[in-house]
Amino acid sequence: MQEGYTPEMLELIKRVEASRPERLAQSRAGKSYPAMSMDDRDVVLNAFHPDYSEEGRRALGIGQNQGEVYPEELVDLLESRSMLESVSVDVTQPDMETDVLVIGGGGGGTAAALAAAGEGNQVLLATKLRHGDSNTVMAEGGIQGADQEPDSPYYHYLDVIGGGHFTNEPSLVAAMTNDAPLIIEWLESLGMMFDKHPDGRMKVRHGGGTSRKRMHSSGDMTGAEIMRVVRDEARNRAEQIKVLEFSPAVELLMDDDGRCAGAILHNLETSTFQVVKAKAVIIATGGTGRLHYRGFACTNHYGATGDGLVMAYRAGAKLGYMDSVQYHPTGTAYPEQNVGLLVTEKVRGLGGQLLNINGEQFVFPLEPRDVESAAIIRECTGEGRGVRTPTGRLGVWLDSPLIDQLHGEGTVQRELPAKYIQFKRFGIDIAKVPMLVYPTLHYQNGGIAINDLGESTIPGLYAAGETTGGVHGHNRLMGNSLLDILVFGRRAGLNAAKSIAGGEVPGAPNMEHLQSYGEALADAGLDRGVLSPMILPNYATDEIRKQRWDVQSPVV
Amino acid sequence: MEASGQKIETVMVGDRTIPPEGARYITIYIMGQAYQVPETLTILKAMEFAGYQYKRGCGCRGGICGACGTVYRKQGDHTLHTGLACQTVAEDDMILAQIPFFPANRADHGGVDTSLSPDEQIATLYPEIFRCVGCGTCTRTCPMDIDVMGYIAHFKRGDVMRGAKTSFDCIMCGLCVSRCPANISQMNVAMAARRIAAGQMTPRSETTKNRAEQVNAGRYEEMLAELGQMDKEELKTLYVEREREPDLSLPGEWMPHDQTKL
Ligand SMILES: Cc1cc2nc3c(=O)[nH]c(=O)nc-3n(C[C@H](O)[C@H](O)[C@H](O)COP(=O)(O)OP(=O)(O)OC[C@H]3O[C@@H](n4cnc5c(N)ncnc54)[C@H](O)[C@@H]3O)c2cc1C
Ligand code: SF4
Ligand code: SF4
Ligand code: FES
Repeated sequence: MQEGYTPEMLELIKRVEASRPERLAQSRAGKSYPAMSMDDRDVVLNAFHPDYSEEGRRALGIGQNQGEVYPEELVDLLESRSMLESVSVDVTQPDMETDVLVIGGGGGGTAAALAAAGEGNQVLLATKLRHGDSNTVMAEGGIQGADQEPDSPYYHYLDVIGGGHFTNEPSLVAAMTNDAPLIIEWLESLGMMFDKHPDGRMKVRHGGGTSRKRMHSSGDMTGAEIMRVVRDEARNRAEQIKVLEFSPAVELLMDDDGRCAGAILHNLETSTFQVVKAKAVIIATGGTGRLHYRGFACTNHYGATGDGLVMAYRAGAKLGYMDSVQYHPTGTAYPEQNVGLLVTEKVRGLGGQLLNINGEQFVFPLEPRDVESAAIIRECTGEGRGVRTPTGRLGVWLDSPLIDQLHGEGTVQRELPAKYIQFKRFGIDIAKVPMLVYPTLHYQNGGIAINDLGESTIPGLYAAGETTGGVHGHNRLMGNSLLDILVFGRRAGLNAAKSIAGGEVPGAPNMEHLQSYGEALADAGLDRGVLSPMILPNYATDEIRKQRWDVQSPVV
Repeated sequence: MEASGQKIETVMVGDRTIPPEGARYITIYIMGQAYQVPETLTILKAMEFAGYQYKRGCGCRGGICGACGTVYRKQGDHTLHTGLACQTVAEDDMILAQIPFFPANRADHGGVDTSLSPDEQIATLYPEIFRCVGCGTCTRTCPMDIDVMGYIAHFKRGDVMRGAKTSFDCIMCGLCVSRCPANISQMNVAMAARRIAAGQMTPRSETTKNRAEQVNAGRYEEMLAELGQMDKEELKTLYVEREREPDLSLPGEWMPHDQTKL
């Protein structure tokens, strides 16, 4: 019984089943749909990848990165006024003072807090949702680190920079790959349950684009296990690390010399603002999936709205690589309840094939992520060979039952337990029928520009994790983000501590930059009355929106 | 490029719900208040459809963060059900309340005396586990289908490793804690136990330790700096010439021909 699919969809699935024996025979013979040439790749990317399209993108009209072309939803947020311009907040009377203020309680922020506290600092960690509600907790696959005999940071470096089309910042890649074994050892010492051999040796696998096996994992919930462990460690250090949940930062504070001096937090429950004065500030607010560029669904958590980018940019920080976004080729397109959720690359790694409405293959299943995504979009919107869902979305089949036929019954359930359950809940047995998928917004390649110490271009302001840009260039390999956030979280924490110890501390805080940014915006004729940061996405229906007074602005 | 010469439109509305044509509507009760929502939505999306904008009770939206624990009854049914709002489909006549936070006891285990055996450490930190009455409510409550009572029993019996493994899928939603008649905060006991099991009872990785020592001694700094100086063409050549470790090699078995950069 596959009651999760409509009768019309079940009828279409028969075409998939009809072509399966032939495809199975081909796969058994080691034959696959031909991979694209470099030229073919360019053609499909240019015509169908959202990053290459002019539609939905425009040049940013203000600030450090003026003139660069970004997705409109992001430009809207950057070209907007502060929600604090009209609120009277007395910044001369801080509500709280701390050595280090960490903004964002995912893996990156928590690692930064632990590092700064380890150097004897008092840390305030302010986060938007619960501590740990983050993209970190959602990472399934693994974390890279060159700790095995045939490997070294040297080869890790080559893999990273090749994967990033040689556009990465070399000093950042060097920092990340050099520190990787230290991070793995640190996580192990904290009591993370890595997948291990009986003698304690780490189990490692290949990932897309790796030359050596260095993907470490913890079941299929590596990110969740990392997050649980670092959060638990922070809780053990509660005397030094004070955590404020449901308290997003909304703006940074600066001193007269242009040094970052703290931030203003917004208590979501009481709607009050708190002024926090800090000797150093670390932004680790993660990604932007919830901006839903061009209406794409996303894999990200609820709080991924790019607040850190907005705050830092308004304060004058430089961004980098912001034009580059990662669309994961296989996001769930059906059932509606799961839309956007990641279907891991592993499905295709195990032999799963992509098929159009006629049950035909149209792309080699393991092209680079950007090419694969563009090819799916072409098949659906260009060629008109996508399958339409009852809610009007389009998708292509990902033939998972083929996996059981290739590798033996039970493989799907054993190798993809989380996915299996997720679909089973909605009446779809992916060992028996294919899944419907469409590209989904997955990862923000760009962000706040940093150096290998985790410093932004603003003195006293550090940044780490998905909110930064440079280390992955224009394309990130799987398993390097969990690594990136911990390496640079730790580096930011240590270097913030070092600069505080060296006496580099800010003077009295002010928020004049908000006013001048608003004026510059008005002068440029770009003020559309939008306020930012966004803080929380708004999924109200049109009906509800009509009845609300606050819909003009994305702000809560 | 486009075969048909005309782009086919697809619905692109991010996570907003567009009810399909002819959708059937059901009534759900959010904190006792009735709302009409299209059927087949998750509780999470049904509440958004009704007009709620979450502050609490929503995190990953994918069943892994534990922010959206929910209790509900159906009209006329005496049974209390539990689930994750992001993973449970809303049904007609559901009376819903979210439990986005529940006070739990957490023992600081940072300074626990590691000269004690692992099971003694757990018993010292959480003596209340011995008050478990074996009612099984926690196991019935857990949205991750974890044998919660089972792992508490393993800890009572002193089998920390087994309890740690049994609890591995815990997303710390707190639903079990909210229902325990013996006031045990199962998720925190399990959290401490997993760290003790992995940190104290599992052999350390020697290869990782050795490599970390090499890194700390600065072994790779020069090699990496050298790569940083190279232009794109040089890097490309090195990239293309990389030897790839075979997929099926056994751990520590395969070594590359060029070992100068290890
Ligand atoms: C489904 C999925 C699977 C993935 N799989 C992998 C994988 O297998 N391997 C890998 O390496 N990477 C993977 N990634 C990527 C990786 O998980 C993330 O890039 C990384 O965890 C980001 O960490 P972070 O600390 O920078 O941000 P996050 O973990 O997202 O944390 C950011 C935190 O900041 C908070 N925040 C946001 N705005 C504010 C504000 N204004 N004030 C205060 N706090 C705020 C957020 O609520 C959140 O808690 C995956 C990502 C997703 C979504
Ligand atoms: S064990 Fe308890 S806290 Fe953990 S997932 Fe189950 S019910 Fe939630
Ligand atoms: S709910 Fe409490 S008392 Fe009942 S079995 Fe679980 S731990 Fe024991
Ligand atoms: S929102 Fe994270 S588990 Fe439901």
